[in-house]
Amino acid sequence: MSDTQVAETRVKAAELASTATASDDGEQQIVRRQTAVYVYEAPLRLWHWVTVLCIITLCVSGYFIGSPLPTMPGEASDHFLMGYIRFAHFAAGYILAIAFVGRIYWAFVGNSHARELFIVPIHKKKWWAELLHELRWYLFLEKTPKKYIGHNPMGQLAMFSFFVIGIIFMIITGFALYGEGTGAGSWANNWFGWVIPLMGQSQDVHTWHHLGMWYIIIFVMSHVYVAVREDIMSRQSLISTMVGGWRMFKDDKPD
Amino acid sequence: MSQIETFYEVMRRQGITRRSFLKYCSLTAAALGLGPNFVPQIANAMETKPRTPVLWLHGLECTCCSESFIRSAHPLVKDVVLSMISLDYDDTLMAAAGHQAEAALEETMEKYKGEYILAVEGNPPLNEDGMFCIVGGKPFLDQLKRASKHAKAVIAWGSCASWGCVQAARPNPTQAVPIHKVITDKPIIKVPGCPPIAEVMTGVITYMLTFGKLPELDRQGRPKMFYGQRIHDKCYRRPHFDAGQFVEQWDDESARKGYCLYKVGCKGPTTYNACSTVRWNEGTSFPIQAGHGCIGCSEDGFWDKGSFYDRLTNIPQFGIEKNADEIGTAVAGGVGAAIAAHAAVSALKQLTKKEEHEDQA
Ligand code: HEM
Ligand code: HEM
Ligand code: SF4
Ligand code: SF4
Repeated sequence: MSDTQVAETRVKAAELASTATASDDGEQQIVRRQTAVYVYEAPLRLWHWVTVLCIITLCVSGYFIGSPLPTMPGEASDHFLMGYIRFAHFAAGYILAIAFVGRIYWAFVGNSHARELFIVPIHKKKWWAELLHELRWYLFLEKTPKKYIGHNPMGQLAMFSFFVIGIIFMIITGFALYGEGTGAGSWANNWFGWVIPLMGQSQDVHTWHHLGMWYIIIFVMSHVYVAVREDIMSRQSLISTMVGGWRMFKDDKPD
Repeated sequence: MSQIETFYEVMRRQGITRRSFLKYCSLTAAALGLGPNFVPQIANAMETKPRTPVLWLHGLECTCCSESFIRSAHPLVKDVVLSMISLDYDDTLMAAAGHQAEAALEETMEKYKGEYILAVEGNPPLNEDGMFCIVGGKPFLDQLKRASKHAKAVIAWGSCASWGCVQAARPNPTQAVPIHKVITDKPIIKVPGCPPIAEVMTGVITYMLTFGKLPELDRQGRPKMFYGQRIHDKCYRRPHFDAGQFVEQWDDESARKGYCLYKVGCKGPTTYNACSTVRWNEGTSFPIQAGHGCIGCSEDGFWDKGSFYDRLTNIPQFGIEKNADEIGTAVAGGVGAAIAAHAAVSALKQLTKKEEHEDQA
């Protein structure tokens, strides 16, 4: 792992446990030390999982706004299906947006890992070298990955370019569309109404917002795959880190 | 400018009784969405204010805006406003023609410098120095520039003048442009629609003539009183939309029941216009009431947004036209396949690594 990172991390650290695996047959007593570092603080983790729920809700409801379900039988007054679907979309949209604003605030007051999502250190040579290494690891050209306390460079790049950019885009276009419904003079229209003439007209905003969904879906697919794969194959914990906050390393070798 | 008559004088001269005049004032107030307490105000303005001269120019167009205008629901509005306008210049509707007409234009422009309202129907083509539209032997482009120079305000009638409409649709060989690309120094009131609704047109012009100011405009320069909401916001089929009851195919049971036309491409959710409230042909009906979706005729570039029967615009990249969902599923499918392949190789590697481990042990 990079030593600068180590230095700047408040290594609340901890030699978590140690004598792992004394196997029953007692053939070899491997004494493995697993170092653990507290990486993701509670508000960040909470934000992650709230965002996950919101995005799933938004993708499902958004898809059905674009391509509604088959016609409901009976009287119109007996149903409110599109109404509920749209309500779910807007409610999740609000939660997503407010949580994202909270996440930006957390980047200022949280630990250094809280800033990684927004600040990609493209000015650092070392970061590029590690990015290349990570790329080679994914192309099966490297035998072992490096250890990282925070995000690995490729994850960081993907999170910024797909997630941060994508979510900002979806929030802006989403509230622009929302402002069309709430009408002239509403806060959403005052703040985001400019988006509509900028993109041409309302229909273009719908098209872009709809394409944006697929951009986000591609990120989520890759992200979940990589999270599971790295959890198994890399030298550190991933999913449990996003749950409990502690990064566990599986070996003691440097870097 | 005391030599100019007031509106009231013009009306009386046309043989309109005071009773009819007051009726006209209350109809106007209603059309503009103003309360009855505005009626005396309108009447007073029309009795005392010298009328504002209007010049009406025609560029590249089909003249559907004029056709719509002369079919206004309230005959008084039509007769009065029209006769007032045609006193000045409108080469389609005025009695004069040819040199006489052009002379009238010159005279009005000279006499009412800075006072007249310029109403433009159609738009100027820029290609070949404007040669694709000739009025009175000269490019319309020149006439438009000259007439707008001393205008108090400019009205853009219809989607042509406001956005470009069909003559500006891809590939736009004449390079037709909306008038705001040519007139950059004057307030422009956009009254889009193909054509705009008659009552909207007379409403806008009456508002300006009586109150002597521009109606309140939205971000894109359209009068808020008529273009503040989408067709969808006031559509009488909206309860079916909210309930999730759609016409799936033309001629199905849902179509007969008058369900929402969203799935057969209704553009009501993206179109700002007054059709669902004011309606057409003296308030008789409007497209959705007749069973056809809105085609978004009052929106910017509506000819270039794909089929009139698809909600999602086709995106003409990659050679073939695809909509957002088709592109999305294709790309996501590709990414999914890549992930699966990558996962397979990873699993294999993991396995061999374990075996190596066990071999060593
Ligand atoms: C809608 C779905 C998801 C979105 C939008 C999303 C988004 C994100 C973002 C933005 C981060 C960076 C956190 C930060 O730096 O503040 C992150 C980290 C992470 N996410 Fe997700 N996530 C999603 C689903 C999941 C799922 C289902 C899992 C579990 C399998 C997961 C596991 C992780 C892990 C382990 C990290 C930390 C990566 C690391 O330590 O480098 N995510 N996610
Ligand atoms: C990850 C985030 C989001 C995704 C994946 C998403 C997805 C979608 C999709 C697919 C549509 C249908 C577009 C169409 O075909 O017309 C849609 C519509 C819409 N979305 Fe989102 N959206 C997201 C975020 C938001 C946010 C933050 C808001 C803000 C409240 C929002 C508000 C809307 C509105 C108002 C509509 C139009 C609804 C209608 O026409 O009835 N969206 N969204
Ligand atoms: S018919 Fe069109 S405008 Fe009316 S509710 Fe359905 S989608 Fe909206
Ligand atoms: S319903 Fe739509 S397409 Fe039809 S006239 Fe009105 S705005 Fe134009």
